[in-house]
Amino acid sequence: MKLLKLVPDNTNIHFLKWRIPFYVISLVLMAASWGLVLTKGLNLGVDFIGGQMIRVTFERSAAAPVAVLRNEVGALGFGEPVIQQFGRPNQISIRMKLPHGSEGNAGLADAMTRKITTEIKARHADARVDGVDSVSGKVSKELGWTAFQALGFAALAIAAYIWVRFEWQFGIGALLSLVHDVSLTLGMFALTQLEFDLSIVASLLTLMGYSLNDTIVVYDRIRENLKKFRRMPIPELLDLSVNETLSRTIVTSLSMLITLVALLLLGPKVIFGFTAAITLGIFVGTYSSIYMAAPILIWLKVTSGSFVPTESEMDRQERLARERS
Amino acid sequence: MLDFPRWKQIWFWFLTLAAGAAALPSLFELGNARWPAMLPNPVIHLGLDLAGGSHILLEADPSQVTRQRLDTMEESVRSKVRLANPVIRIGDISSRDGKLTFMLDDPTKVDAVRELLLPLTSGVGLTGQRDWDIQVVDGSRFVMTPTKEGIDLAVTQAMDTATEVVRKRIDSLGTREPTIIRQGADRIVVQVPGLKDPSALKSLLGQTAKLEFRLVDTTASPTDIAQGIAPPGSQIVPYANPTKSGVAAIAVKRLGGIKGDQLTNAQQTNDQRNNEPVVSITFDQQGGAKFAKLTTENVNRPFAIILDGKVLSAPNINEPIIGGSAQISGGFTVESANQLAISLRSGALPVDLKVVEERSVGPDLGADSIKKGMIAMLVGTIALMTFILVTYGRFGVYACIALVFNVMMILGIMAMFGTTLTLPGIAGFVLTIGAAVDANVLIYERIREERARGRRVMQAVEMGYKEASRAIFDANITNVIAAVLMFLFGTGPIKGFAVVLVIGIATSVFTAVSLTRMWVVNWLRKARPADLVI
Repeated sequence: MKLLKLVPDNTNIHFLKWRIPFYVISLVLMAASWGLVLTKGLNLGVDFIGGQMIRVTFERSAAAPVAVLRNEVGALGFGEPVIQQFGRPNQISIRMKLPHGSEGNAGLADAMTRKITTEIKARHADARVDGVDSVSGKVSKELGWTAFQALGFAALAIAAYIWVRFEWQFGIGALLSLVHDVSLTLGMFALTQLEFDLSIVASLLTLMGYSLNDTIVVYDRIRENLKKFRRMPIPELLDLSVNETLSRTIVTSLSMLITLVALLLLGPKVIFGFTAAITLGIFVGTYSSIYMAAPILIWLKVTSGSFVPTESEMDRQERLARERS
Repeated sequence: MLDFPRWKQIWFWFLTLAAGAAALPSLFELGNARWPAMLPNPVIHLGLDLAGGSHILLEADPSQVTRQRLDTMEESVRSKVRLANPVIRIGDISSRDGKLTFMLDDPTKVDAVRELLLPLTSGVGLTGQRDWDIQVVDGSRFVMTPTKEGIDLAVTQAMDTATEVVRKRIDSLGTREPTIIRQGADRIVVQVPGLKDPSALKSLLGQTAKLEFRLVDTTASPTDIAQGIAPPGSQIVPYANPTKSGVAAIAVKRLGGIKGDQLTNAQQTNDQRNNEPVVSITFDQQGGAKFAKLTTENVNRPFAIILDGKVLSAPNINEPIIGGSAQISGGFTVESANQLAISLRSGALPVDLKVVEERSVGPDLGADSIKKGMIAMLVGTIALMTFILVTYGRFGVYACIALVFNVMMILGIMAMFGTTLTLPGIAGFVLTIGAAVDANVLIYERIREERARGRRVMQAVEMGYKEASRAIFDANITNVIAAVLMFLFGTGPIKGFAVVLVIGIATSVFTAVSLTRMWVVNWLRKARPADLVI
């Protein structure tokens, strides 16, 4: 039986020859992402800005009457609703700011929900209210801060772990590719205006872990080769390491993508953004393991000496004893 | 490498099958099949986002507790001093800025008063903790400041009571398996699965249900009341329903009323005269005696029934009420009367609770999500298995079997530990399946490499497992770091996702590395192949 081989044996692609142009591209992409986040902004959900979100499915309609609903809900006097489709065209979310004074009187928010849902149900017989999320301004601020902390701690903890297991240069490389992957994913959210809620933060944390898998595999091989080929110039050694692990990188990324694409296309639409973030992260993570994480080692001057254990006292005495005899 | 002792093999199979077996009840339930009743049936719980239900975060305002403590202390100080012999006169008593201050008419009595108040300032229990600090300024002015420890303790106690009250109220709704947990210093999380309409629950929890009976101050003129000016010793209290009562507020006396917390029962009934829904309350013995005393001493005077700082009604006391029961009317509907009855039965909340976060999911959306998640997982897994089979042949078969065991083990372990599957958790499942084969890919690619370098079959396999395990370990640790942070910082559904990730990482290392190694070794020992197709 002939097995599938996506990557031929003994490839020798000079990945690092293009490290400078690719680094420039990466930096430009990161800058563009942050530019998008700052100018266009993220489409923050009620988790982070507070407010209320009502999910409605129109069971017997092909598409939700978005324009009609906008008028109907707008006419209730609670302000302009933000109506968005999610998943299928007949599923929508209606986002509202919490009414004035609801910080002191929680009943106001509740009354608003009831008024909106009764209005919609009265006017559309097939409307099914699937859920209500209501988050006060105070809680949303806390959630935002917690999310920020979680992301920061995760990035630092992972980088510290890599530092301990490898060398400080590798820790910086890992941190850099993490920042790169997260930035590009944020950029995608700013560009597509997909809703950014708490679950997206979870997916950012996940993609930190998984996008780093490739980096670790490449780093592990670099470490091994540094010990094995003491005289090889670093760029060449990095190329060798990337080439040796290339087949694995491709097969693994493909298998992750196979399952994720299945989830993206067939899975529950409520978590579309969540899955999309992880999928993009895996993709970007593979790229960054080759073009962010590896080349930085050249500039941070990793040498084969980085992994030669310094001679311990016992070793020294043994050596001296050997030399004497 | 080829040394794989029998006990280890038995142990591996035991682990795999035991964890896998624990998954069976959940799978039966999913397929709507019946699990034999006599067998133990650990089942994976579905999170609110899948089963439908409400998550409500309630917050108390701790300053309210402090305020109440000041009021109580003011009353205690007054009564202590009043009973003192020889007579001590105090004045200018006020509780502003979180402090209680009062003046002594006779500065020589400072020590006597301090002695008198000392018992009031020590904390409950034998810890020697002091709840209040007493200072004397300008020779005769007492300043009593609550200590931080005292306030913290009071808030904790108030929250404990509040949690208990919330539990009683929710139980009265008859919902299944509600979760009620204190969170942080001043919050309570309430999770009620399978609730159709959360608004009833919310209004029930939003009601403090502090019932008071106070005498109406008939000396106050309507114009003063309208301007918010109360006669000395009285205060203005607004009506709950001004349109019905005709006036916006009335003045009631601050002292001499009683609280409606000493009840044995409260029930929604109908007024016999006009069939209006009312709440009938029955006092306990002590409360009944107080109520009888109040009504006996004030026949032909009006008294106000006040709920949560709003006047429900202010009827005239026509005759002493000594039976220990009373009726509260106030323009109720059957529903609101019923709700008040429940609230009164479960006791008043020691602090107001406010809904600061609410997440409700209808049951249909959850069922839809489970179905879609299952389909996505099935399709994804089959596609992935095909890919792995055509890439690694025999070794791919091992990886695929390991994958099936992996899924079973994750489900089984989740069931055994009673963890909750949430919507993001389903995504975590699918992700784990995709990531689990990474370990196999790393190993198999390494074996390929070692073979290409000319190592013999046995050596190549041994090297493959040995060299790949380092990277597998490091990569999984970083995933665990991310998942642990997610668990620490995340809320409900996200915690569920993190749990699936961590369990999945642990089981996938076991199935993808240990189990496949066992199978590969067994095969190598039996077949002794000269070459590997990999």
